[in-house]
Amino acid sequence: MDNSLLIKSVSKFRGKVQVLNDVDLTVAPGERLALLGHNGAGKSTLIKTILGLTAIDQGSIRICGAAPGTSVARQTTAFLPESVSFHPALTGREQLTLFARLSGFPADVPGLLERVGLSDALDRRIGTYSKGMRQRLGLAQVLLGKPKLALLDEPTSGLDPISRQDLYTIIDELAAQGTAVLIASHALTEVEARTDRIAILRKGIKVADNTLSALSAEADLPTHLRITAHSDQIDQLAQQVGGKRVNGASFEITCSADQKMAELRHIAALGDAIVDISMTPPRLEDLYRYYSREDRQ
Amino acid sequence: MTPRTLAIAQTELLILRRNRWLFMATLIMVLFALALTFAGSAPTGSLGVDMLTVSVASMTTLSVYLAPLLALMMSFDAISGDVDRGSLSLLLSYPPNRGEILLGKFLSHLAALSFAMVIGFGTAGALAAWSGGAGVDSLLALARLIATSILLGAVFIALGYTVSSLAGSSTAAAGMSAALWLVFVVLFDLGLLGAVVMDQGGTFTQSIFPWLMVANPADAFRVWNIAASDAVAITSGMTGAASALPGWAAPVSLLIWPIIGLTLAYISFGRVEP
Repeated sequence: MDNSLLIKSVSKFRGKVQVLNDVDLTVAPGERLALLGHNGAGKSTLIKTILGLTAIDQGSIRICGAAPGTSVARQTTAFLPESVSFHPALTGREQLTLFARLSGFPADVPGLLERVGLSDALDRRIGTYSKGMRQRLGLAQVLLGKPKLALLDEPTSGLDPISRQDLYTIIDELAAQGTAVLIASHALTEVEARTDRIAILRKGIKVADNTLSALSAEADLPTHLRITAHSDQIDQLAQQVGGKRVNGASFEITCSADQKMAELRHIAALGDAIVDISMTPPRLEDLYRYYSREDRQ
Repeated sequence: MTPRTLAIAQTELLILRRNRWLFMATLIMVLFALALTFAGSAPTGSLGVDMLTVSVASMTTLSVYLAPLLALMMSFDAISGDVDRGSLSLLLSYPPNRGEILLGKFLSHLAALSFAMVIGFGTAGALAAWSGGAGVDSLLALARLIATSILLGAVFIALGYTVSSLAGSSTAAAGMSAALWLVFVVLFDLGLLGAVVMDQGGTFTQSIFPWLMVANPADAFRVWNIAASDAVAITSGMTGAASALPGWAAPVSLLIWPIIGLTLAYISFGRVEP
């Protein structure tokens, strides 16, 4: 199937600063892509170019074949801005009804608000909402009219852990109905488990774009093994396997992914002296640090 | 008008009602119009005109200040408020284009202002007519006052959007709106007055000054109301400048200004990058 979002060698300057540098990105229908990067890496700018709010200097962007900002593109795209607020004098129902009328799709407004957990606050003014409730209202408007592409800018900011879970459940449902979902985020641990692919931007340059496992393999980051042993033998054991003592009862070995099994066998052969082993594979945070490092080319 | 423009207009009108803006604006108009009508009713006998005429003359002076002020108060954060809340980028990601959004806001704000004008001037006019008499001429003058006040308001609603788009934040937009009001309503006239005094009745005063004056929508509003009714002109004591101009000058100026304002608003709103 064609990609819902197709970005080809897009560049954008703000004055003399290049905020996007030859960025390629695609999102297929039903795919969940996490877009990661520091503050000012160009995530929000990239989303604005997809929405047609900011002109690009080079390259092309197509949303289901349509150019950004065209009425076809706007009809197929849903957007959740970062920490959005609405007019405090309106109620949640009135605000969502307005969005439904603007989108041109008939919508079950109370049903949508119930789905994001706002059914109690339906007729309360938005001025009385908490930050998390406003974020949920923003999410409710994303669900209007079954979008083909959903752009979510920091969707979990201001949400409590339970709400975050709910949010990712809704994102999964969106993806299941064929919506391409692009999530710009800082919350690495959540993104790790709930997205299909990860792209990392650094200073406007895309430095990584692959599945988590492929990125791990490519980065070849060390796995940490922590071995707990009887304290009287610990120095000797550490020396024997080439580990580094971390406290009175344990020492640590770092090894690459392909040496992991060999190390484990080696340690297992030490017999009763070993009490426990815990293993930490590289996490997204490590990968992120690796790919967004300044000196890496 | 598209259904999307209508949706925006209805929501904006709901907001004006909800935050009591509509009520306050109408109340201000009624109170000021009543106060001026009855405070200014003294010269009725000596000038030989009915009380409604006097009332219209007083309310014309009031409206020059109040219509632009109310219009700017309503429109200064129409764009910048949405930028501040971060909801403009969301609104622009929806199907309506910028023209439809601007038109929707304009229609609702103009409707609210018209409501305040009709109720305010209408109440004062009705009371003046009831207590001091009215004729066809003075009723016509009242209708003209209401219609031209709405036009003047429309100019400043549109200029308010322009300022709101250019300012970038509501705080800056508020400041710029105050400056705009001061320039159009107070400083422009003071400047002209100074020039006339310096010129001492020369060519500037004779031929340029009336045109410069009528180029300002606030003055065009005043000239139109005064020149169109002899009785109003007598009571306001402002006949000289108005009589130097052809009758169409002020109406044309006041009718063109809303178009200029909306064009400026559309151009500046188009440049807003949320």
